[in-house]
Amino acid sequence: MEDTNIDDSGDKIREKEIAPALIAVHPTHQSVAVAVGSDLRVFNIQEGCAVTLVDENDVAERKPSTNLHKDSIRAIRYGANGKLFVSAGDDKLVKIWATDSWHCISTVESEKRVSAVALSSDGSFVCYADKFGVVYVVDTEGFSGKQTSNNKKGTPILSHYCSIITSLEFSPDGRFIISADRDFKIRVTVFPKNPLDGAHEIQSFCLGHTEFVSCLAFVCSQDYPQGLLVSGSGDSTVRMWDFISGSLLDTCVVGNEAGFLESDGKEDECLPAVTDLCATNDGSLVAVALQSFPGIILLSCNICARSLSVLQVISISEEAFIPTSLGSASIEQFLWMVMGVSSLRSSDSISLARVRVLSGFCKSSIATVEYKASILDDKDIPGGESILQKLQGTLSIQKQVFSSAAEAVKTAMRNLLIKKQYSADKREYRKRGRNDRKNKHR
Amino acid sequence: MMEREFDVNPTRSKSTGLPRKRFYRARAHSNPLSDSHFPVPIAPSQVDYPSHYPEIFSPLDRVDGLRKIEFADIGCGFGGLLISLATLFPETLMIGMELRDKVTEYVKERILALRTGNPGQYQNISVVRTNSMKYIPNYFEKGQLKKMFFLFPDPHFKEKNHRRRVISPHLLDEYAYALAVGGIIYTITDVEELGEWMKSCLESHPMFEALTVQELEDDPVVKLLSTATEEGQKVARNGGQTYQAVYRRISGPIH
Ligand SMILES: C[S@@+](CC[C@H](N)C(=O)[O-])C[C@H]1O[C@@H](n2cnc3c(N)ncnc32)[C@H](O)[C@@H]1O
Repeated sequence: MEDTNIDDSGDKIREKEIAPALIAVHPTHQSVAVAVGSDLRVFNIQEGCAVTLVDENDVAERKPSTNLHKDSIRAIRYGANGKLFVSAGDDKLVKIWATDSWHCISTVESEKRVSAVALSSDGSFVCYADKFGVVYVVDTEGFSGKQTSNNKKGTPILSHYCSIITSLEFSPDGRFIISADRDFKIRVTVFPKNPLDGAHEIQSFCLGHTEFVSCLAFVCSQDYPQGLLVSGSGDSTVRMWDFISGSLLDTCVVGNEAGFLESDGKEDECLPAVTDLCATNDGSLVAVALQSFPGIILLSCNICARSLSVLQVISISEEAFIPTSLGSASIEQFLWMVMGVSSLRSSDSISLARVRVLSGFCKSSIATVEYKASILDDKDIPGGESILQKLQGTLSIQKQVFSSAAEAVKTAMRNLLIKKQYSADKREYRKRGRNDRKNKHR
Repeated sequence: MMEREFDVNPTRSKSTGLPRKRFYRARAHSNPLSDSHFPVPIAPSQVDYPSHYPEIFSPLDRVDGLRKIEFADIGCGFGGLLISLATLFPETLMIGMELRDKVTEYVKERILALRTGNPGQYQNISVVRTNSMKYIPNYFEKGQLKKMFFLFPDPHFKEKNHRRRVISPHLLDEYAYALAVGGIIYTITDVEELGEWMKSCLESHPMFEALTVQELEDDPVVKLLSTATEEGQKVARNGGQTYQAVYRRISGPIH
């Protein structure tokens, strides 16, 4: 564990990190949200209009509500029933939004920066993880349309000992909460009836990844509603787990499939990290985003046979589109992808977000003979060009912004996911800067 | 991994063959939060049993189906407890987990010397350098352990350093996971405040219950807590008081 996440003194010498853009899709495809840096953008697909977010807290402070978050957003998520939406990040705020009015109904203050969020299946609990590996719960009961008096504090329920939690998921039946961390671990914990008393019972650990775990997703079918867990990692694999027992069922080395790995530097010689996963509703397909691969890899997932295999590699190279985040609705067959970063160092523009959509994100359509995975043209995507105007902030993105963004995206993902290896010097320096060593006991 | 040229090793006493402690002097306290570099098994199935217990396992043995480690001494220090337990439970595999590199090396040498000096004995104990606060699940499967020991752990007095304590509400979840139902967790300290802390953590945890006075009396291991380890002996020499908390893992709440 590097010291950055441990010692508050470390924060001061931490260089400002760039945050990859995130995307989330309403479960019934009513809206799509994109987060770039501290900016949260939502578009209502049903009504074909951009959403204005209202945060009473901000109004009270008489601040223009352009930036509801004050620092990079690290996690966004809709609840399973679509009623609530949660955003959280480096400003240590967890904002809970009602998706009918897009009012912020609660702001939870975290002690540390927030790295992941999840909502329980019935929407009654919001969980978030901080950079120290602690998972907190807030119960959403009694939240009214107005934010006043809704500002609860999170209760810690479980902890990964000082390892950043990269992903937090509830099992499809809501019985378990699954947390993944940078120390190769996936922990499956029983989510108790009253989580405010803590989540003490560990069901299993899913151990097998040899690098940080970056993302989790569930695949479930009608025949197997409890589902299986899939996880992506810095070891360039996607693994399938029986999360009840913790046993590893299958491993798919997706990095090999990306084929044309760039050979520009030694660092990239290792296989690229998996950055995000998105499964179809029937659990038959899993889309995989890779750290430096322009495009998407579709895995075929056989729940009965408990196997994963590469079905199709879809490259989006004409634009060097390297997705940083994926999302889909449970009812529509679209895979939403965003590529983007906050504050590009190398260019003048503040941030970049590019949204693309893959249609036919479902196994049956891919199985048909003449099926060609189709990345939709901008004018054809749900919501059309006005959705792009909102989510991207602009319709046209200059080529050079793109290429410098591609570089920044790589760096951002690397910074986010790979443990920093400090040189011996720097390590010593950091040690000296810490006051816990200055006065020893005994 | 554990072999070493025995006779030419200057760090050993010529007369007893035991490693000399002064060659293995180390910093008094380790910070369990700092990044360290030592190998960690990916999963319990990857723990190298043949290298830890060479006389019990042949190099081709797989862990599954064979005997597994059942006792773990967390922060074992110089290994006194393991050595006492080795002959008391000759059929039980035990491991010490220690964060400090040099201390771990010392314990390794000590065990090797004991094995050489007492053929057939001390084959059931070993030590590993690791951070127990992070890697318990990498070493032990669910319900694998029968006993866990936390003897004279570092106190970390300051409030903000309480999260470095090896007994904490959240870490107890992991220990409850590694312990079999009925398994026992033994803690002892000479620091009153820490003793109270460990007791209250265990007391409030839904998956642990205290042993009765009778059970404590009947358990031969309890007597070793204050006498078997180097730290315990030091405290005893100075006439210090000790505070122990011994709890049993019970089944969790029904869902
Ligand atoms: C005060 S000593 C007690 C040693 C021994 N149990 C005894 O009674 O003599 C505490 C030991 O715990 C070790 N330790 C502290 N944190 C640890 C961790 N996270 N994992 C493994 N060992 C740890 C220290 O290095 C030290 O050797």
